[in-house]
Amino acid sequence: MQFAPPLNVKDGGALLLVGTTKGAFLLAASSARSSWQISGPHFAGHAVYALAFDGRSGRQRIWAAVQSMHFGSVLRSSDDFGRSFTQPEAANVKFPSDAGVDLKQIWQIALGPGDRPDSLYCGVEPAALFESSDAGSTWALVRGLFDHPHRARWEPGGGGLCLHTILIDPSDPRRMHVAISTGGVYRTEDGGRSWQPRNQGIRAEFLPEKYPEFGQCVHKVVRHPRNPKRLFLQNHFGLYRSDDGGDSWNDIAHGVPSDFGFAMVMHPHQPQTVYALPLESDQFRCVPEAKLRVYRTRDGGGSWEPLSRGLPQADAFETVLRDAMAADDLQPAGIYFGTRSGKLYGSRNEGASWQLLAHTLPPIVCVKAARIGQAKRAAPKPRTKSSKGRRTGRRRARA
Amino acid sequence: MPVVFHIPGYLRQFTEGQKRVPVDVPRRVVRDALDCLSRKYPGVRDRVLTERGELRPHVNIFVATESIRYTGGLDTQFGEGEEVTIVPAVSGGSAHQFRTISV
Repeated sequence: MQFAPPLNVKDGGALLLVGTTKGAFLLAASSARSSWQISGPHFAGHAVYALAFDGRSGRQRIWAAVQSMHFGSVLRSSDDFGRSFTQPEAANVKFPSDAGVDLKQIWQIALGPGDRPDSLYCGVEPAALFESSDAGSTWALVRGLFDHPHRARWEPGGGGLCLHTILIDPSDPRRMHVAISTGGVYRTEDGGRSWQPRNQGIRAEFLPEKYPEFGQCVHKVVRHPRNPKRLFLQNHFGLYRSDDGGDSWNDIAHGVPSDFGFAMVMHPHQPQTVYALPLESDQFRCVPEAKLRVYRTRDGGGSWEPLSRGLPQADAFETVLRDAMAADDLQPAGIYFGTRSGKLYGSRNEGASWQLLAHTLPPIVCVKAARIGQAKRAAPKPRTKSSKGRRTGRRRARA
Repeated sequence: MPVVFHIPGYLRQFTEGQKRVPVDVPRRVVRDALDCLSRKYPGVRDRVLTERGELRPHVNIFVATESIRYTGGLDTQFGEGEEVTIVPAVSGGSAHQFRTISV
């Protein structure tokens, strides 16, 4: 294994966070995104299913959910782009002793609403939501969801019973959507105290009742901050759109080779533009016809177009998982995705063409993108005990 | 009364790098001994035990050469001079990957 110094990052450039089953990799590029530095593996040998970049209030903090098969899951953070990571002595995300369950995995890290820059959320397995109001120093179980009477009837999908999607409504921070496999979509209007299932119109192919109140295997939900009532959803069979904040859903799988898939990403600047990556079926979770194609709609799901320039169009038995696709918010937007076979692709022109950024990584389970230096710098809050991270490898990738 | 813990490599970042950690325990019971170890080195506790205070499924503890899974779990008693060894199980890796990525 090669190790080398961490990334050189520049304000205004792009940052990619890549989680794999064997560690995390960090990539940085200038705003042109023509050449990438790669550092890693961070947390070598540990699975990293969730990553996030918090650029609020002058922070430049990377969050990583680090799972040891033996020693459990913990959230670690870095304020220096991976040179060092915190290593909390006590597990920072854990169920209270009366909950009767143990944390298996952290599946999602989400930033809270813009007017609460110290707010963070975590979605975990078994399905539950945790909240921090002090920039990640302490975490608490959101009881309103955990105590929901439906919880006993949520069933694990193939990956476990996970809460994998957290969407905070920018127009009303008390309103939030979460998605659970398998449980479906739930919405709160009161900051998490009460939750209602919002799955009307979403099909549950694997249940006798095809349109139940809850129990759907929702794979990912996205929304654009400028149009918070409109949601797009990739289901375990089915692409859907809601125009009423999730009260009802309509099928928009017109023009895709399969309506099965995991990953879905919103264009950062265009509220009608969404990216999905169809897979053949739940029985054969590879891209249809062995052609690696991203599909894009630019009219809110009215039609979809394949984006394949630069992607293999033969013998590509690739799988892209639910959190393994992301967009940065540069101009033009960058779109990125990683495969279970360890290939990382990027487009710096909104999907018009793609470049292979890395091709020998461990199985990729998470990709997040951010612009570096999005906010004016200020002193971040003190963090928990820090330990020098493992030295990291740095390579260069041409785009 | 003293007991010696043997610490696996990954956990030594929480024990000041020590492979062998002697602790004083009030009773010769694994649970109590772990409590004492965790008071001395708090980073150990959550890596070895779950939130519910159970031994993590892929961590083994041996008293002398016997796994406590067959001798009473955390309530296993140990004799004077017997040492306690914490070991990551050989399980893990491939099974974990399969379970978590085929969602």
